[in-house]
This record gives sequence, C-alpha cells and structure tokens, in this order.
Amino acid sequence: MLNSRIPEGPLEEKWKKYKANAQLINPANRRNYKIIVVGTGLAGASSAASLAELGFNVEVFTFHDSARRAHSVAAQGGVNAAKDYKNDGDSVWRMFYDTLKGGDFRAREANVYRLAECSMSLIDQAVAQGVPFAREYSGYLSNRSFGGVQVSRTFYARGQTGQQLLLGAYQSLMRQNDGNNLKLHTRHEMLDVITINGEAKGVTVRNLDNGEIVSHSCDALILASGGYGKIYYLSTLAMNCNATAIWRAHRKGAFMAAPSWTQFHPTSLPQLGGYQSKLTLMSESLRNDGRIWVPLSPNDQRPPNEIPEEERDYYLERRYPSFGNLAPRDISSRAAKERIDAGCGVGPMGNAVYLDFKDAIKRDGEKIIEQRYGNLFGMYQKITGTDAYKEPMMIAPAAHFSMGGLWVDYRLMSNLSGLFVLGEANFSDHGANRLGANSLLQACVDGYFIAPSTIMDYLAEKSPVKSPKMDEWDSAVIKSKSEVIDRLQNLLTIKGNTTAEEFHKELGQILYKKCGLSRNKISMQSAKNDLLILQKRFYEELLIPGSTNEINFELEKAARVEDYLEMSILIVEDALQREESCGAHFREEHQTDEGEALRNDEEFKYVSVWEFKGNNSYELHKEHLDFKFAELKNRSYK
Amino acid sequence: MKLELHVWRQSGQFEKGYFEKHVLDDLDEHMSVPEMLDHLNTKIIKSTGSPIAFESDCREGICGQCGFVINGDIHGPINGTTTCQIHLRSFDDGQTLFIEPFRAKAFPIKKDLVIDRSAFDRIIQAGGYIGVNTGQASEANTILINHELAEKAFDAAACIGCGACVAVCKNASAMLFTSAKVNHLSMLPQGELEASQRVTNMVNQMDEEGFGSCTYTGECEKICPQGISITNIVDLNRRWFWK
Ligand SMILES: Cc1cc2nc3c(=O)[nH]c(=O)nc-3n(C[C@H](O)[C@H](O)[C@H](O)COP(=O)(O)OP(=O)(O)OC[C@H]3O[C@@H](n4cnc5c(N)ncnc54)[C@H](O)[C@@H]3O)c2cc1C
Ligand code: FES
Repeated sequence: MLNSRIPEGPLEEKWKKYKANAQLINPANRRNYKIIVVGTGLAGASSAASLAELGFNVEVFTFHDSARRAHSVAAQGGVNAAKDYKNDGDSVWRMFYDTLKGGDFRAREANVYRLAECSMSLIDQAVAQGVPFAREYSGYLSNRSFGGVQVSRTFYARGQTGQQLLLGAYQSLMRQNDGNNLKLHTRHEMLDVITINGEAKGVTVRNLDNGEIVSHSCDALILASGGYGKIYYLSTLAMNCNATAIWRAHRKGAFMAAPSWTQFHPTSLPQLGGYQSKLTLMSESLRNDGRIWVPLSPNDQRPPNEIPEEERDYYLERRYPSFGNLAPRDISSRAAKERIDAGCGVGPMGNAVYLDFKDAIKRDGEKIIEQRYGNLFGMYQKITGTDAYKEPMMIAPAAHFSMGGLWVDYRLMSNLSGLFVLGEANFSDHGANRLGANSLLQACVDGYFIAPSTIMDYLAEKSPVKSPKMDEWDSAVIKSKSEVIDRLQNLLTIKGNTTAEEFHKELGQILYKKCGLSRNKISMQSAKNDLLILQKRFYEELLIPGSTNEINFELEKAARVEDYLEMSILIVEDALQREESCGAHFREEHQTDEGEALRNDEEFKYVSVWEFKGNNSYELHKEHLDFKFAELKNRSYK
Repeated sequence: MKLELHVWRQSGQFEKGYFEKHVLDDLDEHMSVPEMLDHLNTKIIKSTGSPIAFESDCREGICGQCGFVINGDIHGPINGTTTCQIHLRSFDDGQTLFIEPFRAKAFPIKKDLVIDRSAFDRIIQAGGYIGVNTGQASEANTILINHELAEKAFDAAACIGCGACVAVCKNASAMLFTSAKVNHLSMLPQGELEASQRVTNMVNQMDEEGFGSCTYTGECEKICPQGISITNIVDLNRRWFWK
C-alpha cells in the first residue's frame, strides 16, 4: 500500500537518475496547469516562486497578513550545507550520515542523501538572492559548528538566519506576484482539501477578513503549512502555528507518519506563570560556554550564587563526559527533565535548570563573553529582567520541532495523488530527531529544488485543469463548503463557558506531562483518557463570541484547537504503539541501566504511518526502512 | 498588579472608533502586553462581550506582526522594542494605559487594533528583490563580499516590516522601510545591476500607496525595533538622484 518510490541504483545516483528520467511539460503548456500552495514559509514561498518562474499557474494561500510573517522568520541559528569550505573533512556522505544517525536511523536513506546533496545549491541560491550570510574578513562565507556534529557546516546571518532566508524566498515570491503567473491570497485559511476519485483537486478556504468561504480547484496541491509543536501550547512556535492544513488532509485520506515525534529544545526560557503564552528560544550556541547545573539536593531554595560549588550537580558533564554541555538536544532535554522530576529544578515553578557563565567569564573575561553573546544576554534581560553576567540564566526544555507529519514518498507526494507536502509539515528527512540547522535547509530544498521537478513529472501524465468533470467538481465543492460552514457554525452554537485558549492550555498540560519528553504506557493510557474527556468537554463547553462572517480570532483559534484535540489522540496512540526508544521518542520502559535510550531495530525499523478511520480510530501501516548503504549504529554521546 | 486600560475599539474601517475602559487588578508584572490582552479577552468573552481584535504571532520581536501605540509611544515605553516584548513591569502599579492601533493613511484600521499593512508588500513587489530565478545561481564563494559590507547589508536587511517607522512619523512616511530594502539589495554586488530600476519602482510605489514624504525628523530610527539607521534614507536619496 505504501510505495516510497525510491529510484533504484547507488545512493549518489538516485536523484540524478530521477531528474534525468522525469517527464517535462512544454513551457507554453505549463500555464494550463494550476498549482495551489498553502503556506508562505520557506517551503511554501520557495516552491511557489520556483514553479511560477517555470511558467505554471500558481495560487498561494496564507493565514498571515503578509507572506513575510511565516514562522520560518523566527529561526535563529543557521542552515547546514556540505560545502566543506573549512576543509575539515565534510562531504555529502558525512552530512548524510550525521543526519541519519542524528535521526536515530528512522528516516529513509535516499531522502536524507538527497537533502545533503542539494544543500550546496541552496547556499548558492540564497547568496544570489542577497541573503547577507556572515563573512570572513577575506570576503568568503563564514561557518560555525552546531550540536551533534564534528564539522563546521552551518551558514548563518547573525542570530536571524531564518528571517534572512525567508526574506529571500518572500522577495522571490513577491516578484512573481503579478497576478499573471502567481496570485497570493493573504489572510486566507485552508480548511478543507477537496478530493475527487482519490486525487487532491482543490481546497476550501476561509477569508479571515470577512468570513467568506470559497473553493479553488487545482491540478496539484502543495501543503507547506509548517510544524505543529504548538499543540503543546507552551512552545517555541508562534501563537498561530497549527495542524489544521495537514489534519484536514489527513481526514481526507492522507496518511500521517510518526505524529508523536516532537523535538524538545533544551535551551528555551522556562515558564514563569500560568498566564504565559509562549516560550522563547535562547540560541543553543550558549551551550558552548555556559555550564548547566542544578542544586545537588532537592528543594534547595537558596539563590544560585549562594550555592557552593560542591553542592551543585553539573549533570550533563557527569553523565556525558565527552560531549558534556554540548550533548545533542534530545539527550540534554531529557537529562534536564530527569533532574527536574527529581525535585532539583529551579525557578519560581521549579521547572528550570541553570546555565552558568561564571567560569567562562572568569576564564575569558566579561568582554569576550559579551562579544560572543551580548545580544543574547540583552534579550534575556529584556524578557526576564535578570542580568546573566551576574546570575546564571534559567533555561528549560520546550516543544520545538515536529519530525512527524504527513507521509510522503520520494517525490514528496502523499498517498493522496496530487497532494505534495513540503517543509516541516511532512515526515521525510529527520527521522526521530532533527539535527540543528537541518530544517531550514529541508524546507528550502523541498521547495526550490525537489518539488519543481517532481510536480512537473507528476503533472506531465495528466491533462490540465478540466480533468475533474464539471458536475463532479461542482458537487464536490458544494459538499466541501457545506462541511466547512456547518463545522464552524456548530462550534459557534455550543455557547458554553470555556474559551478555546483555555482548552488549548489544558491540552498542552496533559501532553507535556504524559506524552512529552519521556513517555510510558501507564501515563499515556491515562493521557488518552484525559484527552477524550477534554474533547468531550470541548464540544459541550466551548465558548466563541461573534459570528462567522467577520474578523473573528476566537473562531480561528477554536477550529485549530478542535483539530489539535483530535490529533493529540493519534499522537498518544502513535507513542503507545512504538515499544522502543528512538531519538526524541523516549519510552521509559525501554532504557539501559544507565538511563539511555534503547532502540529496537529488530521490531521497529519502520515508520508508523496512520490512516484516518473516523471517530478517533486509526489503522496502522508500516513503511519498512532498509539500510543498504549506512551501517546501523547505536547513538552514543558518552 | 493593577492597570486601568483604555483600549481602542472600532468595528470596521469606516466605522467610528472610541476608547473602551477596562480595569484589571489581577495582573502579573512579568506578563507581556499581548498576554495581558489575552487575559482581558478571556474575561470579556466570559462575560459575553466582544473581545478586542489584535494581532501578534511570534511574541519574540521578529515576525513584525504586533504593534500598538501605548500612551502615545509606538510599540510601548521602551525604544527599540516590539509590543510583544514589553512586559508589565515597564509600567507602574495602578497606571492608566491608552492602547490604540498604529495610525497612518496607508495603514487602514481593519478592526480594533488590527491594521492593514499590505502597502509594504506592494512596495517589495515593485522592486524589493534580486531578479534571480531558482537554478541560476553561481557557486556562492565566487561572489566575495567583505565583512563590513556584509554586516552593513545585514543591518539594513534586518527590518521586520512592523510599520513602527510609519506610525511614529508625523508625515507617515515609509522612507525608512523602503530605503532599508533598497540599500540592503543595492549595496551588494548581486543586486547592483538592478539598483536604479529598483529605487525608481519602489519609491514610486511608496508614493502611490499614500505614504508621506520624509523630512528627516529622525523619529523612526529611535524607535525601530531592529535599529535600522536613518543613513539608509540618505543613501536612498543619493541613489534616487544618480539613478
Ligand atoms: C524558534 C525557532 C528557531 C528555529 N531555529 C532553526 C535553526 O536555527 N535552523 C534550522 O534549520 N531550523 C530552525 N527552526 C526550524 C525551522 O525554522 C522550521 O522547521 C522551518 O522554518 C519551517 O518552515 P516551513 O516553510 O515548513 O513552515 P513555516 O515557516 O512555519 O510556514 C508555514 C506557513 O503555512 C501557513 N499556513 C499554515 N496553515 C495554514 C492554513 N491552514 N491555511 C493557510 N495557510 C496556512 C502559514 O501562514 C505560514 O505561511 C527553528 C524553529 C523555531 C520555532
Ligand atoms: S508578535 Fe512577532 S514581533 Fe511581536
């Protein structure tokens, strides 16, 4: 049932071979094909611009008021590419292997290799667009290293790499937005995928400014709607990030892969109070000089500077002597949780750990530290009101990145014919844990380089646009529109006493506690119970003011929370089903005596792929992973 | 913590607006301004009122979505800081706050604190790009750019498109926004070829959108959350003159 369509042949020939054999469409004929793109983040903007440049007829939707605000804008650290500018032994193979290993061998070799292979072209493309990457004094591009690897392959634009890459893609998008090849609709939210005979043929969207519900037809549909880590409510994602686009596609038959694989970032700012809406990320680079610790004994209420050296537990250095404070994200986050759960957490809610620069300042002087991290210390002060030169920072793990997403084959097409899924919205390259600076890359590579080839190849076999017979299309539209309208209307008429935000917070609490950084069967069974009750309450107690035909942010939120609630049940299902620990998925039942993750390749060397069966029930399909080229190893950072 | 809020309410672009008073006495000094509005909205919704429409997305000062005027200050009382990064500890207990949308002819009010900044997108569309198609790029290190120039280009490119520069300007000019993009692209070798066309098209579009002209008051630079320098405007004028 699941055909990943990996081209035959040696790893390094696969993509070349695919491209060489891909069918083309005559330039004059391309405008007859309409492609709809949902999302204007790196994946959406880059694919839309590239396809319009090729001459396709592209229509783009985003719920944001401007394409430039997609959450790609918030990425700080950088973007990886195997340029080997440092002459430090990097290569496409090494990047492939690092990524595969970082993902704990739960991704498809062919996809991962292609990501590394296309990484160089992305840097070329971005530079040509004017992205101001950091430069050496000689004028050459500069690199730095990022967690989990031993080479320097990360390109960066100060602490705003995502913003600068996104502006490059956004500008390319706007350049095409002349209403001729490309038409952009801002403040439009996709609420349904229209399928005809098992093919994605259109979308139904809501105009968020006046509530109008309209359907649009297409020959191919791209979803590039980003990650859903906001399902945990408190996360590093933006307030409006959501799963609606992929969830609605899932309900229409698109399979969901590994939905429970969420990465928790170890260096976010902790929650300080119940009012809090978001967790701000502090750059991981701080771990290069900061030492992470908690008080040795639980419930130590003393201020950090009064706790003597011998009463501090530098737990990462203790547990992982060779990587120490630079252990990979999943491992660092989990180690923090372990200490917090043991009662050693710090801060007003006991939910944080210290990141201390005292020794670095003593060693290098305050001036050097200021040069390295001045802006981050400033940001920390702005948000918390605390001076990190004098007192350690407080950090905590936070939901950050969704490795899971809609299942796609090598062409980035889902099992629903004509539906392509790009960027963080798909499950493709990162396996069970994503390496830092690989996801900006993936979103860009998907959009600039892969989708244009594979979509043309797909469309070449089809005759354009009018393929759905008109009456078929008309009845599909009537059905889709009435479903969307009824759904919103039903939510509005509940008229209970609890806001969408309040439900979202409760949902987040359940997931953090029972299906977060580490999971076990008992807690997840109780999570499932809690979630079903919450879902039931949602339909009885939800309160949305206003109506559907006006700007109504509460209605937007409620519809997204409804989808999140449904998805959360599948997330727990997925985490329950996988009786092993791998990457970000840590099952407490499956660990070594030293508390490290225990992978089970015999039984779980596959991706769990779920089919929607209605009413909170799902059928499991498995995509078995073959490792023909890379050797499976245990991931050890001791 | 207690605050007395007077928040701008306006049901549509052509409707009349007014300030609505709310007193909140259960605030936490570490709340950000949007979190305070979330809190207020929950109360309003529960008492079956109509919540205040406002936008904010990243809540970390980078997406450019938020932005209100608080007691006459664009974005709030701390210069160089977006509204989402202003916390209540910046105010005194018991203080009265007037919260209203950014105001400019080219940024019509859609509802309450929500404004339409699509004019900025149209300025970019007019020429705020380098005309390179996917696949055309040459190897990145064949274009050498010295460190200072790369840093200068970054300084100009850092704009988040929030519109504070327009809101603070007595002429409602979009010169800081436009000049930052013109310079970011035109100072780089990759963007030099299109420089003259770019400045012409972007400035024409800016005028067409109804933004005012710049009289160098320098207010924009002071409040810009990314610290974009007014020297960009000087550079734009030079480019305009020599185009
Ligand atoms: C704080 C932070 C820091 C990060 N730092 C790094 C880093 O340093 N390096 C790295 O490689 N990665 C980083 N990442 C991850 C990376 O930024 C993302 O994975 C990537 O940018 C996702 O891009 P995207 O195009 O898939 O989605 P997004 O940029 O999130 O775009 C999603 C788009 O879809 C639209 N959309 C969604 N749903 C709908 C709908 N129903 N209807 C209409 N439109 C819709 C949105 O409006 C938006 O335009 C970071 C992530 C975060 C949160
Ligand atoms: S909400 Fe993104 S800048 Fe304020």
